[in-house]
Amino acid sequence: MNIWSDISPDQLINIAIILPLIGAALVILLGKYPNIRETASLAIATLLFTVVLSITDNTFAQIPMTSHWITIIPHLSIAFNVEPLGVLFALVASFLWIVTTIYAIGYMRGHKEKNQTRFFCCFALAIATVMAICFSANLLTLFIFYELLTLSTYPLVTHAGNDAAKRGGRIYLGILLGTSIAFLLFAVLATWVSAGTLTFTAGGIFNESQSKGLIALLLVLFCYGVGKAAIMPFHRWLPAAMVAPTPVSALLHAVAVVKAGVFSILKIIIYIFGIDNLSQIATTDVMLYIGAATVLLSSCVAITKDNLKARLAYSTVSQLSYIVVGALLASSVAAAGASLHIATHAVGKITLFFCAGAIMVAAHKKKVSELVGLGRQMPITMIAFAIGSMSIIGLPPLAGTWSKWYLVVGALESDKLIIVAVLMISTLLNVAYLLPIPIKAFFNPSDNKRPRWSDINEAPLPILFAICVTSFSCLALFFYPQPLIDLINLIPDVSTHVTGGS
Amino acid sequence: MIELHLAILPIVLPLIAAPICFILGRSQWCWLFATLISGLSCAASVGLLVATLDQGVVSYAVGGWQAPWGIEIRIDVASALILSLVSGISTLVLIYANQSIAKEIDTSKHALFYTAHLLCLTGLSGILSTGDAFNLFVFLEISSLATYTLVSLARDKRCLIAAFRYLIMGTIGATFILIGVGMLYMKTGTLNMLDLADKIAVIEGNRTLNTGLAFILIGVSIKLALFPLHMWLPPAYTHAPSAVSAFLASTATKVAVYVMVRFIFSIFGAQYVFETMSMDIILLVLAIIAIFKCSFMAALQSNMKSMLAYSSVAQIGYMILGISLATSAGLMAGLLHIFNHALMKGVLFMALGCVAYRVGSVDIKSFRGLGKTMPWTMAAFTIAGLSIIGVPLTAGFVSKWYLVTAVFEQQQWLIGFVLLLGSLLAVVYIGRVLEAAYFGEVSQQQETNIKEAPLTMLIPMWVLVLANIYFGIDTSVTVGAADAAAQWLSQPHISGAN
Amino acid sequence: MSFIAEHYNYWIVIVLMMAGFYIVIASNNLIKQVIGLSIFQTSVFMMYISIGKVSGGSAPIVAEAVTSFSNPLPHVLILTAIVVGVATTAVALALIIRIKAAYGSIEENEIGDKDNVSE
Repeated sequence: MNIWSDISPDQLINIAIILPLIGAALVILLGKYPNIRETASLAIATLLFTVVLSITDNTFAQIPMTSHWITIIPHLSIAFNVEPLGVLFALVASFLWIVTTIYAIGYMRGHKEKNQTRFFCCFALAIATVMAICFSANLLTLFIFYELLTLSTYPLVTHAGNDAAKRGGRIYLGILLGTSIAFLLFAVLATWVSAGTLTFTAGGIFNESQSKGLIALLLVLFCYGVGKAAIMPFHRWLPAAMVAPTPVSALLHAVAVVKAGVFSILKIIIYIFGIDNLSQIATTDVMLYIGAATVLLSSCVAITKDNLKARLAYSTVSQLSYIVVGALLASSVAAAGASLHIATHAVGKITLFFCAGAIMVAAHKKKVSELVGLGRQMPITMIAFAIGSMSIIGLPPLAGTWSKWYLVVGALESDKLIIVAVLMISTLLNVAYLLPIPIKAFFNPSDNKRPRWSDINEAPLPILFAICVTSFSCLALFFYPQPLIDLINLIPDVSTHVTGGS
Repeated sequence: MIELHLAILPIVLPLIAAPICFILGRSQWCWLFATLISGLSCAASVGLLVATLDQGVVSYAVGGWQAPWGIEIRIDVASALILSLVSGISTLVLIYANQSIAKEIDTSKHALFYTAHLLCLTGLSGILSTGDAFNLFVFLEISSLATYTLVSLARDKRCLIAAFRYLIMGTIGATFILIGVGMLYMKTGTLNMLDLADKIAVIEGNRTLNTGLAFILIGVSIKLALFPLHMWLPPAYTHAPSAVSAFLASTATKVAVYVMVRFIFSIFGAQYVFETMSMDIILLVLAIIAIFKCSFMAALQSNMKSMLAYSSVAQIGYMILGISLATSAGLMAGLLHIFNHALMKGVLFMALGCVAYRVGSVDIKSFRGLGKTMPWTMAAFTIAGLSIIGVPLTAGFVSKWYLVTAVFEQQQWLIGFVLLLGSLLAVVYIGRVLEAAYFGEVSQQQETNIKEAPLTMLIPMWVLVLANIYFGIDTSVTVGAADAAAQWLSQPHISGAN
Repeated sequence: MSFIAEHYNYWIVIVLMMAGFYIVIASNNLIKQVIGLSIFQTSVFMMYISIGKVSGGSAPIVAEAVTSFSNPLPHVLILTAIVVGVATTAVALALIIRIKAAYGSIEENEIGDKDNVSE
């Protein structure tokens, strides 16, 4: 990562946003040579990760990094500013981009998909907008790139081009653009008019001069305006988006897009409202309970789904609301848990999606009921699936343990026992809809034959490699969460240390 | 010399050129000549814009007769801004027209097209420059008569009926304006706008004046197609040749909106119109209904030109809404939207013209698969469509931003919300086209037969596309000019202040 | 009563205006619509001309012993408006000729029927 040490810290932000754009351009230019095209994708992804790593270094060294692009409206500009929460999200997204690229190569070729150039190009564009969202310095920048992310992922959702894909794309675009224009833009404009600034500021930007009612309204509008966070009843787009090829579902709808949603909510709550002020807003509790209801309801829906990707999608909806709940608990520990959940849920859920894709490529199966006994045919995939499931559930020694731990501690700290109960019940529901899949895959009572090597028919090598990397990450994040926790502790008003006793 | 007479050039150049164009007769010669003239008036307009930004106002006494007896040409920032826009779009449309009209207008009528186009430009420039209320009526009729002719030039015979209905409605509107101006004259004895403003400011609560205002507002509302007086617009834009639709949609109605701004703010005074006569609430309600009803109608159309026409009526609703807020910020947002909307609608109609040129139809069905066969045209359509929706980094976002901010500053939260909901309907009607173009089934025959539109059509279209993006990112020029114009218009123009 | 009598010029204007307007709206025949439009416009011309009259004033010609004369400006204005009106009527009639050639009719309902059939 020392290759970036000569470059001024401010430039690093620009590089992080422009690199994927260069990647997109390269993909178009090299469209006729698939091997070189994929090499370029991979090289750019790796470079991007090193850039983000060196940004992380600078963050730990407390070096401020800002970049100002252009003033669109007087006193309002597209500007970027590095803060720890964004760095955390950027780390997760850029790391998983590398892995997903490897996976996508295996999947797209194994599945013989058409229009691969468009696919890799839009993929890179989406990552560029995610980087811009990570480092946005004000709400306007966040909003602009939030919209661009929706638009750049739309062709990925409708990639298959058939009627089902088009219908899915319509719901996807309809809900995401609809909520963002009707609610988010409204909230951004109202904030601009009433507070006179949109810059993310530690401790929030509202003061005594705004009416309480308006701020309460704004909180609701922001929560629903960020449709990517999939709070019920605006969650329908996520299952609809599952018509996309699996790498898209994996990176975008388990990591980049949905996490951009909850990240935006976290960032808005921390830097626009201020965690300390949350408890004085009348609607905080309303949104908190809606989030809690989403956690439980979507878990229940997940149990009823037989389509594997649909089940994972509803599981994602539920897990996203963990983060929303954590953000709204008005406790520094819960906020830390929510931030950490961005990373831990990402590695867990991407593993599960990778496995779903691997099963589709190797065994051509999409339904949960068809997976009985599959462990014999695809042992590595199913072991990885078990690891991913347990991480989502929050069992040690896997990554999900820590985030759930801090969320529960946060809920206890703010005396919200109902939320503790919700988290516990949700864990049981997770067990109910995830664990049976690997268990039935390995322990098939009707099958008494001895396992043979020749039964094994695994997915292509790049897919397996990607699966192994992410499931190993689930393990690693349990044993070495410290760097991430250190990063989270740098976020203003957020801390893993219980202030407690009181 | 040129500097001295700069103010009159945008009117005189096309006026003199129009009959010459008719004499030239040959399509290619007319094209080159008309484009050159239009380009020159554009240059003059930009010169005027620079001059007005510098010194506030450019005044010119026609024939050396001093105001208020003679006719005064009086150009301020607002008029110069829209003047540059109109002549700029006219130039681009003329470049585009050469290929486009070859398919859509009989060769024998090409010279007529260029003549009528130049006359229309004369009328529009005249409306924007004049400082005399009666003169404004005359220029309005010059442009309107040219417009009726332009609409009727298409090969499709339905354009004749559309043009006739447009003529009837347009003439009623113009006559209403004439009545209103007559009443103003009865009361004040002057027709010079500045003079009128001075005298009206002194009169209070007079029935003649109130009636005059009502006649003028209704007349102008017909001309700018304010709901529910918009019925002439969709058929006229649908059946007119594409080049004509592109020009009219981005200029004619905008100039009519300008006329309304001029009458409300420069002549009657905002206080009288909005506070004494409470016109703001009437305009506001009509604007909101226009936005919803016509966006909805747009989503139902299968002919894409009539979809865009309904969308235009809806977008005019946005401009009127800005004006009806009766604040400087609202007026500025309205002016900004006049400018930005012209950029988007110009591109959209031009793109339809390209499709009509290659495919021969602008029905939604004929868009299937065009994303592959006409990539540049559809890319232009996509960007301009996103601009209509108001996606960030396009010009449409900037005007929407200012409009909603202006509404919020009045604490009208609900209206702001309604506005944003209205733009969701744009997602529906633009989305239909994009879905057909990029994800529609393509027939084999279509794939081989359809080629990208010719360069002379693509280049002017893409100039506007780039303008859409440029004015969405760097807003200092448009916002600065619109702001200066709004400040200038909304300050009271009592003669002492001038 | 005297109010009505004193403003008889306005009453004529209003009656003409409404008659013209009604013909435009109610006629099915395109030519009749144009006639209505002309009447409508003419009423406005008359309004302009009548307001230029100053009671007791003579024609606006400079002559000896004339101190009070009518305002000539409305007359000049209306000369322009008449030209505009004539031009409008000409364009309208030209359009009607082409409509007749294309549809074989100048009755609005018949034209509408033919449009529907051709679609």
